[in-house]
Amino acid sequence: MSVLKADNIVMQFGGVTAVNDLNIEVEKGKIVALIGPNGAGKTTAFNVITGVYQPTKGSVYFNGEKITGLSPDKITNKGIARTFQNIRLFKNLTVLDNILIANHLHVKSNFLSYTTRMPWSRKEEKSMRSKSEMLLEKLGLLSLKNEIAHSLPYGEQRKLEIARALATDAKLLLLDEPAAGMNPSETMQLSGFIHTIRDEFELTIFMIEHHMDLVMEISDKIYVLDFGQLIAQGTADEVKNNKRVIEAYLGVEEDA
Amino acid sequence: MINQRKDHNIKAYILLFIVFAVLLTLLDLKYIGDEYVRRVLNLAAIYTIVSVSMNLVNGFTGLFSLGQAGFMAIGAYTVAIFTVPLESRASIFYVVPQNPALAGIHIPFPAALLLGGLLAALVAILIGIPVLRLKSDYLAIATLGFSEIIRIVFTNAKTITNGALGIKSIPKMPTMWVFFGVMILSVAFIVFLINSSYGRAFKAIREDAVAAEAMGINLFKHKVMSFAIGAFFAGIGGGLFASLLGTVDPKQFYFTMTYNFLLMIVLGGMGSISGTVIASFIVTIGLEVLRFFDNPLTLFGVTIPIFRAGFRMVIFSALLMILVLFFRNGLLGQKELSWGMVRDWFGRLRRYKR
Repeated sequence: MSVLKADNIVMQFGGVTAVNDLNIEVEKGKIVALIGPNGAGKTTAFNVITGVYQPTKGSVYFNGEKITGLSPDKITNKGIARTFQNIRLFKNLTVLDNILIANHLHVKSNFLSYTTRMPWSRKEEKSMRSKSEMLLEKLGLLSLKNEIAHSLPYGEQRKLEIARALATDAKLLLLDEPAAGMNPSETMQLSGFIHTIRDEFELTIFMIEHHMDLVMEISDKIYVLDFGQLIAQGTADEVKNNKRVIEAYLGVEEDA
Repeated sequence: MINQRKDHNIKAYILLFIVFAVLLTLLDLKYIGDEYVRRVLNLAAIYTIVSVSMNLVNGFTGLFSLGQAGFMAIGAYTVAIFTVPLESRASIFYVVPQNPALAGIHIPFPAALLLGGLLAALVAILIGIPVLRLKSDYLAIATLGFSEIIRIVFTNAKTITNGALGIKSIPKMPTMWVFFGVMILSVAFIVFLINSSYGRAFKAIREDAVAAEAMGINLFKHKVMSFAIGAFFAGIGGGLFASLLGTVDPKQFYFTMTYNFLLMIVLGGMGSISGTVIASFIVTIGLEVLRFFDNPLTLFGVTIPIFRAGFRMVIFSALLMILVLFFRNGLLGQKELSWGMVRDWFGRLRRYKR
């Protein structure tokens, strides 16, 4: 069964149709990419899936359950976490705090017992901390745990944002241009990193990306969006040789 | 090494507390200081509670709220209405008699204080549900408006609040420990709250609300929570205020009062509790010290014309402007005062002397 299913999504802003009749299916354990030229509606599609926008028409299903109409925090509670195109870390807080905040959605004690440091709340805090440190260790960020997030190098900030999404215990990870602003060697490292976390945390990954090398290398399936329309889907090779995809990226010759 | 330092710090805190307790007891037993000093210090303790609670909302959760005076008024009037001795009620409500439903009720001070805080929090939840959907300056305007509405309601609900005449003969507290004890408990509670998972969620909302929501934090619930907790402590502060002055009237809770608290948290550092505590004492004591600006001043036989009632507030506003122009982060910014910081300062001083 598919983990994520977008069913005839239409998203209009006034008279502009940003996404038109989008159908997407992401299967469990797969890495699926959404590509397309600038302004094709990729991030809009992400925002519809994560509840930032309510679609004009259509529904989104997560593990068969309809999630359209839920607020972003409820959707994250269901097990979908995302990163942002322009990094959105909690900049002035430490690396560890960033991860701990992503654990807050699992907190069971109320604010009174947490504040008065009741034994069960202490236990909760302790296990939250050790879980977060374990996650940082797995991702090679543990030595940076007391650094302020905005002081990290760019690549590490991207990594931290992914780590933060993982800390919510998500099963589906949406990555919005994870390789944006990275040089080729950093991009290759990222490709390895995405594979590792997919296997280690048993994730399904759905990502928007512009670096074609990366997309072609790691995606099991690719969706191509142009002017809000889905113009192609399939494996890397199928998409690479698709005439409409080539046209969308390179333009059409006038007399052809 | 780290543990050793920790032990060292705990010893230093205990020592500091003992010094504080001895000083306060000496003041309290009237061995040192006079009535005026005691009154100013008590006022500073009350203002500390309110400004720290305001910093929780404004500095830590990033909600620009200006309703603090209104919440204080709720706490102050709750204490005033319920703790005034029954036999003096008739002489206070001499124009319009007190509402018979309230006339026979007397509750002891601690219960009335708590009730005042809870009522303020309840009102904050009711106000917060529509208003906390607003952002930054819109929220500031809405909360400011709310605070004025409270004041006007209290001016006109004569059978409950005695209107513009105010309520007199509120029993005063016999000891400074009441004010300072509640201050310590309130500040400790807020510090513990900020360092809990809920406090981290508040900070996440301040840093980036979109990202916080994407991390599964229910923005609305947490904003209302922070707002209500802030209002609770403002209500407690208001209740103490009523029992310190012995009298309440609506004019005390004019919106200019909220600006005093705003000055305290900006001076101390939005997002620093220790900074706010220090700034509250500086501002409260400063407001008293600057009082000589309000009195006519004659130097060498010449009467200086600008020294008159109200000039103190001009000086104060000018200080606020200088503060935001040159020291935007306040005394401590988002940092907390620590022993390491104190050691650094002394180290620098020593080097400077050499």
